Amino acid sequence: MAYDKHKFIIITFLLSAFLCYTCYIYNSLPRKASAMDEQSSAGKLIWQKYNCGACHQVYGLGGFLGPDLTNEYTARDTAFIKLFLKDASVFTPVMPVFNMPESEMDALLSYLKSIDASGKSDLRTFKVNSNGTIEQ
Amino acid sequence: MEPSNNKQLNTNKLFIVAGLILLGFGMIYGLTGAFQYLVPGFLKKYFSFEKIRPLHVSAVVFWIILGAMGSVLFYLQQYTQKKLHTPWLTKVQLLVFLFTILAILTSYCFGMFGGREYWEFPPLLALPILFGWLLFLYNVINTIGSIRNQPVYVWMWLTGAVFFLFTFLESYLWIFPYFRNNIVNDMTVQWKSYGSMVGAWNMLIYGSSFFLMEKISGDKTYSTSRMGFLLYFIGLFNLMFNWGHHIYTLPTYHFIQYVSYVVSMTELLILGRIIYEWRASVSTARRHFHHAAYKFILAADVWVFLTLLLAIGMSVPALNIYTHGTFITVAHTMGATIGINTFLLLAIAFDILHETCLTFEPNTKLFNRTYFVINASLFAFWISLIAVGVMQSKWQMSEPRILFGSMMVELKPFFISFFIFGLILTIGILIIIYPLIKNQLLCYYTKSKSKKTT
Ligand code: HEC
Ligand code: HEM
Repeated sequence: MAYDKHKFIIITFLLSAFLCYTCYIYNSLPRKASAMDEQSSAGKLIWQKYNCGACHQVYGLGGFLGPDLTNEYTARDTAFIKLFLKDASVFTPVMPVFNMPESEMDALLSYLKSIDASGKSDLRTFKVNSNGTIEQ
Repeated sequence: MEPSNNKQLNTNKLFIVAGLILLGFGMIYGLTGAFQYLVPGFLKKYFSFEKIRPLHVSAVVFWIILGAMGSVLFYLQQYTQKKLHTPWLTKVQLLVFLFTILAILTSYCFGMFGGREYWEFPPLLALPILFGWLLFLYNVINTIGSIRNQPVYVWMWLTGAVFFLFTFLESYLWIFPYFRNNIVNDMTVQWKSYGSMVGAWNMLIYGSSFFLMEKISGDKTYSTSRMGFLLYFIGLFNLMFNWGHHIYTLPTYHFIQYVSYVVSMTELLILGRIIYEWRASVSTARRHFHHAAYKFILAADVWVFLTLLLAIGMSVPALNIYTHGTFITVAHTMGATIGINTFLLLAIAFDILHETCLTFEPNTKLFNRTYFVINASLFAFWISLIAVGVMQSKWQMSEPRILFGSMMVELKPFFISFFIFGLILTIGILIIIYPLIKNQLLCYYTKSKSKKTT
């Protein structure tokens, strides 16, 4: 019985710690002020609607058939990106021909802009500390 | 109360059969996806990669989820020696899951998305999954009754069932603008939930495989031992706090990196134990190796070791920047979902399905050969993925970089080997699961026919 008691103490402790950690993160999300404007918020949903993430990564996460697009907005000009969103077949046989309406392209562009403004995904920009952690 | 009998045809077994069928389809989608790496634009018109990837991943994830649920429902009855609290609910649960999975796969075929990675389907379809899970949880909690003096696998089943519910809900917080209005917030919460969710289904599957091991070996000491519970608590600690390794490079809170890094290192204790117990497990292995189910448990043991080695490496942030955003991540995911989850569930499937009305004796020679082929090809598959990842990592870190397209062309030989070993693996697994599925379906067929004639 005493043995069971120890288990209950440990599980209560772990669950409380997990709940505190979770509440802290929800309550004070890492980025506060700069809420996405409406257009880029709509752009995120369009990104999901076309499932761009199956081939592209943001901060290295996603599918790997296409390149990471975190900082695409500064790497390329908007006219170039729009060409891809209309008909990428001139550049690559892989990416679908989306023929996107202008409004969706604009929303996606502001989404790409907001991602770009959030940080850099280039792994070459990281500094390795001697304790094994990394910093940018 | 009637004990659950291996020879009965019941709904719990159907969860596993449906899962096996999904596994078969899932692997074929995976092969198609791998072929699209080789031949850019293959099947682009009807099954472009943005459809194939979710088809593959969802099919195999639902194999894992259905298999995990089925094994818990089945073993829970063997363990308690009585029927589930509300047996008819499992029928509703199964139907809800089957219809939803069908709807999800169909929506992908028509290019209807709306969700995020791994749950790309339109978010409304998450509701029936949630409902089905609540039914499962209701039966699990009420069948177990009290948690006092229960063996470790009962703790694991409860933990897995509760945490899946929590993390699944958490993974949908993005529908509220508060959580999705900034990519960093969005991805932080996304990977917090995904990281723990994998831990949740692992709890269900590990719990069932502990129960199975106990059944095979007849040794009931481990599941109530201090060591058993110690490892369970380490697992739970990691489930709760080590998800940060997915997002080390995301500009989120630094403490997420530190917490995850430190917590992941407790996995070294698990690794150490595997090495320490190696000799003991080899002698146990000799005793039980004739058992089809045991063979897959043994293979999974080796994959736990390999996956843990890779995972611990990837959990060191300084190494993670070389593996992040490359196929090494895919090697880790597929290594774990095939080598550990799928192998353990196959062991469980052999145990649960091997004598349903028709006694199923695998053709030993074919079985042994295929078992060897599966393990060897999975290893080669895994190494090919890591090799692709190493090349991608070199490219990511190079200064200046060649074009993305040129890098992909250079990787072609590795993609070829990825595809070929994936093909052999798929054929091997299909040979193993075909008789299991056929046997069950034959049983249902003969049963319904005999009902008609009487
Ligand atoms: C089936 C896979 C696939 C899907 C889906 C896909 N892409 Fe692409 N995308 C690619 C590939 C492959 C490339 C070209 C890589 C190259 O340079 O060879 C590319 C290139 C791009 C580029 C140009 C990158 C550059 O700088 O060269 C942009 C921008 C882009 N995609 C945006 C999107 C957006 C937005 C979506 C969703 C609406 C999307 N893609 C969906 C595969 C895909
Ligand atoms: C046998 C069971 C299998 C399971 C459980 C499985 C599981 C998975 C999972 C979970 C992912 C997502 C990986 C990630 O996001 O990091 C994935 C991706 C993938 N798998 Fe599998 N897989 C299996 C077999 C195969 C086979 C046989 C092939 C074919 C060679 C294959 C090809 C792929 C491809 C192409 C991807 C996408 C890679 C990308 O992100 O671009 N899989 N698989």
